[in-house]
Amino acid sequence: MSDPLYDHRLTMNRRHFLSKMSLGLGSLALGSLLPGCMAEGESLMASAAPTNPLGGILGKPHFSPKIKRIIYLFQSGGPSQLELFDYKPLLREMNGEELPDSVRNGQRLTGMTSGQASFPLAGSLYDFKQHGESGLWLSNLLPYTANIADDICVINSMHTEAINHDPAITFFQTGSQQPGRPSMGAWLSYGLGSENENLPTFTVLLSRGTGRPMGQPLYSRLWGNGFLHSLHQGVQFRSGKDPVLYLQDPPGMARGDRREMLDMLAQLNEMRMAEVNDPEISSRIAQYEMAYRMQTSVPDVMDLSDEPDHVFRMYGPDAAIPGTYAANCLLARRLAERDVRFIQLYHMGWDHHDNLPGAVKKQAKDVDQASAALVMDLKQRGMLEDTLVIWGGEFGRTNYSQGELTATNYGRDHHPRCFSMWMAGGGIKGGMTYGKTDDFGYNITQDPVHVHDFQATVMHLLGVDHERLTFKHQGRRFRLTDVSGEVVKAILA
Amino acid sequence: MAKHKQIPIWIKFLTTAGVATLIIGLSATILESCSESKANSSPSTIVNALPDSVDFNFHIRPILSDRCYTCHGPDANKREANFRLDTEEGAMAALEDGRGFAIVPGKLESSELYHRIISQDTTEVMPPPETNLTLTSHEKALIAKWITQGAKWKTHWSFIPPQKSALPPVTIHDWPRNEIDYFVLNRLEREKLTPAGEADKATLIRRLSFDLRGLPPTLEEIDAFIADETEGAYEALVDRLMDTDAYAERMATEWLDVSRYADSHGYQDDLERFMWPWRDWVIHAFRQNMPYDQFIKWQLAGDLLPNPTHEQILATGFNRNHMINQEGGIIPEEYRVEYVADRTITTSMSLLGLTLECARCHDHKYDPILQKDFYQFFAFFNSVEEKGQIDYGEIPGPVMELDGKTIKETLAFVKDIPEDTTFKFMVMEDMDTSRQAYVLIRGGYDNHGEPVEPGTPAALPPFPEEAPKNRLGLVQWLTQPNNPLTSRVAVNRYWQMHFGKGIVGTPDDFGNQGSLPTHPALLDWLATYFVASGWDIQALHKKIVMSATYCQDSRPRKELQERDPRNELLARGPRHRLAAEMIRDQALAVSGLLNDKVGGRSVKPYQPKGLWAGVTGGGGGSLAKYVQDENDKLYRKSMYTFWKRTVPPPSMMMFDTPERNRCTLKRQATSTPLQALVLLNDPQFVEASRLLAYRMIADGGESVEARIGFAFRTVTGRSPGVDEMRLLRLYFDKQYARFQADEQGAEELLEVGEYPHDACLETAEAAAYTLVASSIFNLNETVTKS
Repeated sequence: MSDPLYDHRLTMNRRHFLSKMSLGLGSLALGSLLPGCMAEGESLMASAAPTNPLGGILGKPHFSPKIKRIIYLFQSGGPSQLELFDYKPLLREMNGEELPDSVRNGQRLTGMTSGQASFPLAGSLYDFKQHGESGLWLSNLLPYTANIADDICVINSMHTEAINHDPAITFFQTGSQQPGRPSMGAWLSYGLGSENENLPTFTVLLSRGTGRPMGQPLYSRLWGNGFLHSLHQGVQFRSGKDPVLYLQDPPGMARGDRREMLDMLAQLNEMRMAEVNDPEISSRIAQYEMAYRMQTSVPDVMDLSDEPDHVFRMYGPDAAIPGTYAANCLLARRLAERDVRFIQLYHMGWDHHDNLPGAVKKQAKDVDQASAALVMDLKQRGMLEDTLVIWGGEFGRTNYSQGELTATNYGRDHHPRCFSMWMAGGGIKGGMTYGKTDDFGYNITQDPVHVHDFQATVMHLLGVDHERLTFKHQGRRFRLTDVSGEVVKAILA
Repeated sequence: MAKHKQIPIWIKFLTTAGVATLIIGLSATILESCSESKANSSPSTIVNALPDSVDFNFHIRPILSDRCYTCHGPDANKREANFRLDTEEGAMAALEDGRGFAIVPGKLESSELYHRIISQDTTEVMPPPETNLTLTSHEKALIAKWITQGAKWKTHWSFIPPQKSALPPVTIHDWPRNEIDYFVLNRLEREKLTPAGEADKATLIRRLSFDLRGLPPTLEEIDAFIADETEGAYEALVDRLMDTDAYAERMATEWLDVSRYADSHGYQDDLERFMWPWRDWVIHAFRQNMPYDQFIKWQLAGDLLPNPTHEQILATGFNRNHMINQEGGIIPEEYRVEYVADRTITTSMSLLGLTLECARCHDHKYDPILQKDFYQFFAFFNSVEEKGQIDYGEIPGPVMELDGKTIKETLAFVKDIPEDTTFKFMVMEDMDTSRQAYVLIRGGYDNHGEPVEPGTPAALPPFPEEAPKNRLGLVQWLTQPNNPLTSRVAVNRYWQMHFGKGIVGTPDDFGNQGSLPTHPALLDWLATYFVASGWDIQALHKKIVMSATYCQDSRPRKELQERDPRNELLARGPRHRLAAEMIRDQALAVSGLLNDKVGGRSVKPYQPKGLWAGVTGGGGGSLAKYVQDENDKLYRKSMYTFWKRTVPPPSMMMFDTPERNRCTLKRQATSTPLQALVLLNDPQFVEASRLLAYRMIADGGESVEARIGFAFRTVTGRSPGVDEMRLLRLYFDKQYARFQADEQGAEELLEVGEYPHDACLETAEAAAYTLVASSIFNLNETVTKS
C-alpha cells in the first residue's frame, strides 16, 4: 500500500538513521524500538517514528489527554449487575412472577434459556445500601468498593450486541465480534507508543475466580495485535520464574554472561551492517537491547518483596499469593508506576447460570478488596489523577432465573441489553451513577452506553479521537470503534 | 455554475504552462505518490512532478476511491447527493443540484469537482472536513491535469483480462536471462538505475534453498554448488531442490495460511479437530506438481466431480477449515451463516484477491461489488448439511468415513491411521435440495431480504452459460480464459514467496483500494505464461528464480536507500526476515535434530508450561492441557506443530505467523524484543545450540577456529571474516575459562532440552561451544534471507 505518510517517514527515517549512526548504540536503541506508522506488513525499521523515539503513529495526541495510562480490570464471564450495582427492589417484590412480554419485547435469548417454559423474575438475595457523600447504591457484596464510592462512576446503562461469551468479549476488546481485529491495548500502543523503554507498553495479567473456577476460557487473541505490527501485541505477565515467556536466561548463564554475549553479538551485527548496509540490522540490535533490559525490569516489577506489610493488608490476604487477582492488582499498580500505558487484567469465573448467589459472593470477595485498594493506593500516590481504572465484564445477566428459582438459589442467563461497569480516575466524575434501567432491570430507560461509546470515551481520555486513529488494511480504514461510538461526555470531569 | 473561486497558484501554473516537462513513466509515479512534503511544495515542483500523461487507473482512481467513494461510490445507500464517482456514467452525468457537471472533459473551469476540491470554504470543500480525509496539492493537481487532458475513463486495471505484451526494449542486452528481466530492466533504465551484480554463490544457494524448500543448504550442498562451474549448475540446483518433499512442504506451508488451517475449532472452548489428513493432501499435491487449476478445482469442488475419488473428496476439506463453534447457548443459524460467509470470504480473497467481505452488510464502499453479489457468491457454499453449533467431541459433518485399510489403499499419503480403525474426514457435500440463500439485510443472519441464486459478481466476466450453478461451475468460471483475476492473484502470491512482497503489494486486495502493480506488464506476462503452461506451479517458480532479477546481490546500495527503500523497482535481490517456521527449522536442521518425516498427526514440541491450562474453561477436552510430545516428535518441521487457535504456539506468533482464524495472504516481517528472547532462551534454540556444538566438536575439525568456522558457515552459508572470527574466538576462550571454573553451570546448560547430553564430551568445552552456537543463531544474518 502506498501510504504517503509512510513513504514520507520512511525517507525521513533513512536520513535520521544515517545521522544517528555516529551517535552509537544507545541512541539508536531508542530510535528504532517502536514503530510509528505501518504500511501493511512492513518491517520495523522502516516504520520507526523519527521525531519521537518511543512514539506512536499520532506523534502527539489529538487533544490534551486527561490520563497517561489505563488499568482495565476485566471481569470475564458477565458479572450480574443485579447483585452488584443496579438496585432493583421491584424484582424482590415480584420474585417468582413471570417476566412480562412487554418488558422482554422480543429480546433474543441464548440457546440456554430459549427453551424455558417460564421466565420467573428473580430478586437479588443481597441487599443494597447507599454509600459515600454521593449516596452511590452498592450491593453489600462490595463492602470495600463502598469505601471508594465517591471516586467511581458506575454506569448502569451499558449495552452490547453480543449475547455469548466469545463474541461479546471479543467485541469489548477489539470492537468486533469476530476474531481478527487488534485489541484495545494494541490500538493504543500503535497510536500513542510507549512511555517506557524497559517494559512492554501493553501488559496482560490473568487470574482465575473462585466463583466458578472452570467456567469460561480466555483466548490470547483478546490481547493480540490483529493486523497491526506484532510489537503492539499484549505481553502476558505470569506468575512463576519466567514471568514473560522466554525471559529467563538458560541455566549456567549469569547476567554478566548474557551481557557479554549481547555485546559480542552487537559487534558482529555492526560488522555485518558495515558490509551490507541493511538498516534492519540496527533495528535488531536495538530489539536485543530492549530484551536485555526487560530481563531486569520485568523480574523487578514482579518482585513484591519490597512492598511493606500495610500494602499487603490493603490489597488483602490474596495479594501475597502470586497469580491471584489481588496480587495482579498490586502488580498493576507497580506497572503503572513504571508508566506502562495499558495494563489489562482478566479475572475469570463470572458466568453464573446456576447457583448464582453462592458463586457471585465468592467472585465478589475475590475482587472487591483489591479493586478498591488499587484505586485508593493510586490515589494516595497521586497517580489516580492520570490513571483510568475500569471495572467490568462483557455483558450482564437476566432479571429472570435460568433454571429453578428457590428461596435461596437461582441462576441468571446472559443479558446484553443492560449491564454495569465502573470507572475511576483521571477525567472521570467520581461518586456518580450514569444511565438508568427500568424497574425490572431489563431495558435501558436513560443514557445508553454502547460498547463503542465506552471505547470512544476511553480513547478520548487519552487524548485520542477514536475516529482518527485508523489503520488501512485490505482496502479499508479500520478503527477500534468500527463505524460508531460517541464519547460519553456526561461522565467526564 | 458555482461562484468564482480563488484559483491556487499551482493550478494557474498548471493551466498556463500546459503539459509539464519531466518525463516520468506511467507507473513511475506510483512510488512517489504524494508524500506529505509535497503538500507544501512550490508550484513548479508540483507541476514538474506530474506525469506527462495522467492515467485514470494509475493516478486518478486510487485517489477517488480512497477519498471519495465512501460517499460517492458503489454503495447506493450511503451515496451523497445521488452523485457517484465510481462509474464513468455517474461521474460525467449532470449534477442533481443544477450546478452543471462534476467533470467536463478538457474544461477545468466548468468542472464542479475541481472547484469543490480546491475550495477554501469548509461548507463547500470536498472531501468535507468531518470525514478526516484530505487531498494533497499534488493529488489536486493530478486531478486537474486529468480533466484538462480530457478525463479519459478506464475500467479498473485488474478487471481487464491480462494480455501478454511483447518484451520491452532494454539497452544492457547481456543482463536479461529470461523474460522477467526485460520488464524489470526496462523499468530500471527508465528510472536511470542499474541492476545489482549477481549475488555470490553461497548467498544464492541459501536464498534459493529457503525459497524452494524452507531449509538452509547443507555444507556439502554449498561446496558442491560452488565447485560446479558448468553452465547449467544453477538450473540443475533449482530442479533438484524442487524435486523434494521439502519443496512440497514449503509450498504447503504458505497455503496453510491462505486456507486458515488449524488443529482446533477456534471459538470458545476451542476443541480439537482432525484436519491434518487434508494438510497432507496439500503436501501430496505439491509433490506431484498438480496444476494450479486442478489444485483449486479439487479443493472447491472435488466432491462434485463425476465419480469422485477419495482424494478428490478429501481435498474439499479446504472449505471446512473455518472456525466452528460449540459454545453453549449460541444460536446455531447465526454461526452456520458465519461458516458460509467464511468460505465466501476465503475463496474470493485467496483466488480472486477481492475483499468481498466488505459487501456483506451493504454494497462495497470502493469496488463494484453489490451486497447481492456477496450473497450470490455465498449461495455456492450454502447447501452444506452442517450444524452451526456442534457437540463436544463431535466431528462436524459432512464427513467421509473410511476404514484404515481403505485409507491405506486410496489415500496412501495419509499416515498415522491404524488399519483397524476408521477415520472421519471433514469434507464438503451439498444437500440433494439446495438451501435457499438470501441477501441478509445489514448482514443479520436471520434478516432475510431478497432470495438469491448462486452467481458471481456482475462486474466480472459472466458465468459460463453451460456451467452448472454450483461449486464446480464456479471453478470453471474462475479458470476460464477471460477471468482477469485468478491467474494474476496466483502468480502474485508466488512472486511474493521469493521477493517478500508481491508485484501487487496487497495480495489480498486487487480492488480499487489495493496497491497498484509496480510492474503491471510483468504481472500480466507472468499470468498469461502461467495459464499457457497449464498452470504449472513449478515452471512458474523456476521462471522466477532463474531470472537475473532474482539472482541479484541484495545489499541495499546507498543510492537506493532513499530512492527505493522497499525495493519496489527491484534494483537489487530480495532480502527479508525468514518466516517463523524457517527460523526454527533451520536451527533443527543445522544442529542435526530435524526429523524430516512428512505428514501425519500434528505434534507438540516444547512450549512454556501452563499456557493452555491457564486460559482453559471447563470444556477444553483433549486440549485443556498441553501435553508435550517426546523423542523425535519434538523435532518435526514447524509446519507440523499443533495449532490451537485460541492459544497458538507463542514462539511462532512472535515471529508473525497469523492466528489462522481467517484467510491470510501476507505475513508481517517484524523485529521485536520478544523475538530476541525466543532465540536466546527458548529451550528449543538452546538445545539446538548444544547439538550444533556437538557437531562442531565432531565434524568441525581440530582447532577452535575450524570449529567456529564450521558452525558459522553451516548456519549462515559463509565463512566468518577475520574480525568476526577474532571476536568469536575471544568469546569462546572466555566462556571456556568460565565454565572450567564453573563445572556445575556448564552441566546445567548442557541439560537443557530432552536430547540426552553426550557425557563423553568435556563439559566446559561443550558448554562454551554451545554459547558460540547460540550467538550464531542470534545473528541478524541467520534469521535473514539475503
